Amino acid sequence: MDPVQSLVKGLADKYGRTRESLLPVMQGVVQQEKYLSEYSMVEIAREMDIPASDVYGTATFYSFLETQPAGKFIIRVCKTITCAMKGKNQILFSIQDMLKIKVGETTPDNRFTLLETNCLGWCHKAPAMLINDEVYTDLTPEKIREILSGYIKKSI
Amino acid sequence: MTDYKMHLLICGGTGCKAAESDEIKKSLKNWIDELGLEDDVQVVFTGCFGFCEKGPIVKVMPDNTFYVNVKPDDAEEIVKEHLLKGRPVQRLLYTDPVSKKAISDSKGMNFYKKQLRIALRNCGFINPESIDEYISRDGYMALGKCLGELTPDETIKEIKDSGLRGRGGGGFPTGLKWEITRNVESDEKYVVCNADEGDPGAFMDRSILEGDPHSVIEAMAICGYCIGAENGLVYIRAEYPLAIERLKIALNQAREYGLLGEDILGTGFNFEIDIRLGAGAFVCGEETALIHSMEGLRGEPTFKPPFPSVSGYLGKPTNVNNVETFANIPVILNKGASWFSKIGTEKSKGTKVFALAGKINNVGLIEVPMGTTLREVIYDIGGGIKDGKGFKSVQTGGPSGGCLTKDFLDTPIDYDNLIKAGSMMGSGGMIVMDEDDCMVSIAKFYLEFTLEESCGKCSPCRIGNKRLHEILENITNGNGKEEDLERLKLLSNVIKDTSLCGLGQSSPNPVLSTILNFEDEYLAHVNEGKCPAGQCKALLKYEIIEDLCTGCTLCFRNCPVGAITGERRQPHYIDQSLCIKCGVCYEKCKFNAIRLS
Ligand SMILES: Cc1cc2nc3c(=O)[nH]c(=O)nc-3n(C[C@H](O)[C@H](O)[C@H](O)COP(=O)(O)O)c2cc1C
Ligand code: SF4
Ligand code: FES
Repeated sequence: MDPVQSLVKGLADKYGRTRESLLPVMQGVVQQEKYLSEYSMVEIAREMDIPASDVYGTATFYSFLETQPAGKFIIRVCKTITCAMKGKNQILFSIQDMLKIKVGETTPDNRFTLLETNCLGWCHKAPAMLINDEVYTDLTPEKIREILSGYIKKSI
Repeated sequence: MTDYKMHLLICGGTGCKAAESDEIKKSLKNWIDELGLEDDVQVVFTGCFGFCEKGPIVKVMPDNTFYVNVKPDDAEEIVKEHLLKGRPVQRLLYTDPVSKKAISDSKGMNFYKKQLRIALRNCGFINPESIDEYISRDGYMALGKCLGELTPDETIKEIKDSGLRGRGGGGFPTGLKWEITRNVESDEKYVVCNADEGDPGAFMDRSILEGDPHSVIEAMAICGYCIGAENGLVYIRAEYPLAIERLKIALNQAREYGLLGEDILGTGFNFEIDIRLGAGAFVCGEETALIHSMEGLRGEPTFKPPFPSVSGYLGKPTNVNNVETFANIPVILNKGASWFSKIGTEKSKGTKVFALAGKINNVGLIEVPMGTTLREVIYDIGGGIKDGKGFKSVQTGGPSGGCLTKDFLDTPIDYDNLIKAGSMMGSGGMIVMDEDDCMVSIAKFYLEFTLEESCGKCSPCRIGNKRLHEILENITNGNGKEEDLERLKLLSNVIKDTSLCGLGQSSPNPVLSTILNFEDEYLAHVNEGKCPAGQCKALLKYEIIEDLCTGCTLCFRNCPVGAITGERRQPHYIDQSLCIKCGVCYEKCKFNAIRLS
């Protein structure tokens, strides 16, 4: 069994093989692999006995279930109204400036993926972003430099 | 709380945690140990105080002293001066923006004076990771009372009499929903807590789960007892890691104490709760979509009826309630329906939690009796508009709500008045806008949100909103015509009338309400090619003010299209024919030498 197969099998053992378990299993794969590859979706379909097209259809519905390769750290900058009112554009500029990627792109070393997302529920501390599971709020360009430098060091 | 003489409560909500409240706690603890006060003073993390604008916050009990903007370095002074010598640290107290006086007792702050905290009763008072503290504040008493003394029908009657209506947006009477679900015959039923809070501007459900998770667990168990369900599910968005963690801790504690699981309190009642994580889809907040998502399907809404109360999760009767709705239940049962129904207006009982955000001084979470006016919320509690600017509008109800003008400031807030005013209660987000915000852009913003979050199942919502957005895009780009306003209204009404779910049915509200209340602003865009608020970049010109330009060349180096020319140390110029109005120069200039006109 290759790593993806055993990951999927482990998750299916844990959550069950009924349709209700599909989301938790996919979330488990994303947590480990950062995204759902075509191969892992086919494996999920086989393991849980669900049509592969259904797995794909469900995965593509949810924005947190990436189906494109993504970096080790996924940066999701909130672009919704309060954050936009409070200068989210500058935040994006500084991230793009530092990482030299645009929204939707991944750095060549596969460390960072930059995405935009809708309201994260931190509007009173806008602008806000998520890096994987970590929340960062009240962002300023200086804070961005600090935070990202931390991650750059961490990932070497 | 045990026999400590003093308690230091530190906000452990995510907002303050991000602003180093961990460090503050450590530092306070160190000084307390150093001075040998560890037997007298306890330092605890609590849920959000709601006053996030001035976080991190440290509250000293029992004297209610409220320190704002605390830094780890302030710990020494707090411990030495306040705890040891009994002298509050003046410079860390909150200053009233009007009277300029420092206020030490939080009860004296306008921010708290007008509030009545029912759903948020424990947030900021207890350590959310301790079931004992919840119990010490009457926690699980209501569950005990129901299981021991009341029949399900009596409990439901109490909830019905209280007049509680759903806080998730729809405002459906909660007791009635429970009764309907109870009356459906089935071998299995489910209680679902909707914690998929996705409305832009709303964060009350997160705060409740972070600050007082047990209140939701207790209420779900009561609901299970009433409707005859043994299983509960909390559907929570994955973007709330701290809330998820606290909920998990609370669930384990409740199981340990025999308040969840089999034979609860020896009464033979079984109830278990599971957590399901959302995966980033706003429409999953809609109850039928939420159920489909839990079933492992695409989170698309389906037609109602059948309502979830009749056929929900796995086809079984399912009672879906919002987090805040649940948080009200234990209090109602403890204090009685007649107490609760005295609060609020005729048709909207109790309180509502609002999340204040945008251009307002005190952003944060507040809870006020229904019927409080917008003016009280924005000026008395919210402290008025930021930087002394003029109030322009307040948006309530997120993407399904509307923008209200100053004419509505004295309207008492309740479900029905907001609908009459062309907006909605929604989940309780309030985004305040000042004179610098362009209402056409705001409407466009909300539509952008809807467009992305529309599940695409039905065409009025999928295609109609796209067309609405295009028309607004044209207007903000300076290509709008006066006829566009009529087209917007016509199309909006078609979308409202023909969409399948609440998302589409309410998505044109921001457009309709801004046209109604700010028509002159739309007309200025289409007829004069002007944006009165100065926000629509396409209608503006970037210019360099010669006198202020130092010739530092920063703008020249950053302009992506090479529209800026000039010699080093000489004023620069922008070639308007090349400028794409990206605004980079404006944002980069350190000397405020770029003007928008
Ligand atoms: C597009 C859309 C999004 C919704 N989002 C939420 C939400 O985030 N949280 C919530 O509690 N209810 C939400 N609702 C309302 C739910 O469908 C449902 O009415 C509610 O959970 C019922 O609980 P209540 O009676 O306690 O309010 C949403 C409805 C629609 C149409
Ligand atoms: S109204 Fe919009 S969100 Fe609702 S079902 Fe139709 S397409 Fe989906
Ligand atoms: S608008 Fe950005 S977090 Fe809510």
